[in-house]
Amino acid sequence: MVQVSTALKLNDFRLTSPAALEAYRESILAERDPNRPIIIVCHGTGCRANNSPKVAEALRRAVAAAGIDAQIIPEIKATGCHGFCSRGPLVIFHPAGLFYQKVQPEDVEEIVQKTLLEGNPVERLLYADPGTGEHISHDRDIPFYKYQQRQVLRNIGKIDPVDLKDTIAVGGYQSLAKVLTSMTPDEVIGAVEASGLRGRGGGGFLTGRKWRLTAAHGRETPGPVYVVANGDEGDPGAFMDRTLMEGDPHAVLEGMIIGAYAIGSSEGYIYVRAEYPLAVKTLQQAIISARETGLLGENILGTGFSFDVKLNLGGGAFVCGESTALMASIEGKPGEPRAKYIHTVEKGLWGRPSNLNNVETWANVPLIIDKGADWYRDIGTEGSKGTKIFSLVGQVKNVGLVEVPMGVTIKDLVMQIGGGVPEGREFKAIQIGGPSGGCIPKEHWDLPIDFDSLSKAGAMMGSGGMIVMDNTTCMVDVAKYFLEFLIDESCGKCIPCRLGLKRMQELLEEFSAGKGSLADLEELGSLSLAVKDGSLCALGGSAPNPVLATLRYFREEYEAHILHQKCPAAVCKKLITYAINPELCNGCTACARECPQGAITGTKKKPHTLDASLCIKCGACFEVCKFGAVSVA
Amino acid sequence: MSVSFEALENILKRYPPSSEHLVSALQEVQAKFNYIPADAMTAVCNHLGVPISRGWAVATFYKSFSLEPKGVHEIKVCLGTACHLKGGARLVESLERELKVERGHTTKDLNFSLDTVNCVGACALAPVVVVDEGYQANTNSRRLKKYLKQVTNE
Repeated sequence: MVQVSTALKLNDFRLTSPAALEAYRESILAERDPNRPIIIVCHGTGCRANNSPKVAEALRRAVAAAGIDAQIIPEIKATGCHGFCSRGPLVIFHPAGLFYQKVQPEDVEEIVQKTLLEGNPVERLLYADPGTGEHISHDRDIPFYKYQQRQVLRNIGKIDPVDLKDTIAVGGYQSLAKVLTSMTPDEVIGAVEASGLRGRGGGGFLTGRKWRLTAAHGRETPGPVYVVANGDEGDPGAFMDRTLMEGDPHAVLEGMIIGAYAIGSSEGYIYVRAEYPLAVKTLQQAIISARETGLLGENILGTGFSFDVKLNLGGGAFVCGESTALMASIEGKPGEPRAKYIHTVEKGLWGRPSNLNNVETWANVPLIIDKGADWYRDIGTEGSKGTKIFSLVGQVKNVGLVEVPMGVTIKDLVMQIGGGVPEGREFKAIQIGGPSGGCIPKEHWDLPIDFDSLSKAGAMMGSGGMIVMDNTTCMVDVAKYFLEFLIDESCGKCIPCRLGLKRMQELLEEFSAGKGSLADLEELGSLSLAVKDGSLCALGGSAPNPVLATLRYFREEYEAHILHQKCPAAVCKKLITYAINPELCNGCTACARECPQGAITGTKKKPHTLDASLCIKCGACFEVCKFGAVSVA
Repeated sequence: MSVSFEALENILKRYPPSSEHLVSALQEVQAKFNYIPADAMTAVCNHLGVPISRGWAVATFYKSFSLEPKGVHEIKVCLGTACHLKGGARLVESLERELKVERGHTTKDLNFSLDTVNCVGACALAPVVVVDEGYQANTNSRRLKKYLKQVTNE
């Protein structure tokens, strides 16, 4: 279902004025006992996969069975993603703020007994500092959280995303009320311009300027003007938008409604990728409840302003993250980009002026209106204002979602917040900006993360995916990986992208097999530049970036493949061999049972041998050996 | 597989005859039948008034459409960057050997469809494989094999 049904349910309750919203908020707060214990169980995709719904269920049952005094029965709340996904499922106790990690249903009984009834922490569930082993009771003291500045993510992990009351209690839709009662559309655009907010989807275009252009084009000719939220987060290794849509969908909606008011639009679209079923469901519920309450749809908050959104599902095409392709997709066509001689602010959806912003950009808007452009401008660097959400993934200890002010260095992000590379291995590079970005090596890890520094270094901000690589990562393989990804996703409309990328991949394929020459390496470089300059859209234009960046910083790794037939990271299949070290092998037979080729033989409890002529290098033996006896070189 | 006329009618009657609903209508067909049967494509295009060639252009462009029937269980191996670094490719290869089917296809007994996806946004769980609705986190080929056996027997 591309267009997800958000049909209105009948409900008598509607907020008919901004004052009614304020009164409603006060009544919600008055109803709530600030001292009532709340147990928060993270229900982000990561924690869900690790059993968090079962933990919540077990907690509910155990609390009911424990016979706790009715006055202090804790409320058990399911929230969006807290970001610290590698430690999930996360459970937090308020008002004390006790933070438990890796909680499983089996732990629940002890939690209820020790923590709820006796008031003591269950030590083994606390986060332990990896350096000192010391237990840390509160999330605010854990380095992963301590060095963050969570502004856009401020509500996530505190509110139940599908309970509108929770959103309103923390000040949701206050900025909308402010805009509708005390600001002209032009003043709203002025505030966003003054804040210096730049698009969070990758391009980094000034949001306020885009709004002004769309509004101006909209006034030129009669007809509808559209606002679009791009939630087609296709960069592999990025999940900022997913977390926002799942954890605080009303912030995205509120941003869009404010934008629509400023631009003069009454119709909007949210385009979400189908790979995010939970985000779709949450947004669907958020749209329905906002519409029921009078915060969306006809006559919003009784002010006469009307705006409604439709929810569209992507079809699994990376290129649809590109604005013109996304709009083609909403129109029911294949998502092929068009040349942007005429920008979408002039002719976008159905040939009408359209303002497309990324989900994270929209979520920044209520914050700017609430706290003011000056407050926002104070965060970040000269050219990049505010905070940015990054997904920190790959070979790093603390995998998760982080929000930091623009200008933080790569080193601080990886070492302080990320806790460094696991298992004592060495940080090698960080890939920033997804398949259109580039890698930055350790020599440059003092680089501040902002739009301009990153492009200068050959990477780009992109949507905010940060993939940490260590010495087990082969840079030739990484370049090949991104190229294969892009070849698969290229829409095939223009030649440089369709054929150029293919030829580049063939060259990389040769290098990873230890073939090719230095002249081929030169050809790869010049071909990259041709594809960059000649492609129709940004996907093709930025596709060679991962190759160019690895050539720039890791040329010696390419040369090791070409000249010495060696893959230094032991990744490229054609250049590696697996072997069993007889001194470490105790003959457990696990590898022999796992080997699909029958290449491993030996008797029980005696060192095994691997016949290299039969080996297909699938790595099954390496994966299964618990004694480190299988080596790869 | 024959297409239930009634099920198709139920989908089509919700769409006004306009080309903008092509992707949406096809996604509903995909959700209902688990693939796009040729008869259904003809019916959708006739209803919306678009050339059938355009219907197939859309269905072959987007990854979420399948032109052959899907299996009872759908396996999606994530090949996002984080999963790639942590051995996602090894997992697909081992599943291809185990199920005797190439990625993008369905086993002969129509029990499993094996696909790769570009990123499910669950990078902290890398390498991750989604079987039906369930996320198999930090998995390896051995655990996957065990899990698939369990799924088959359920």
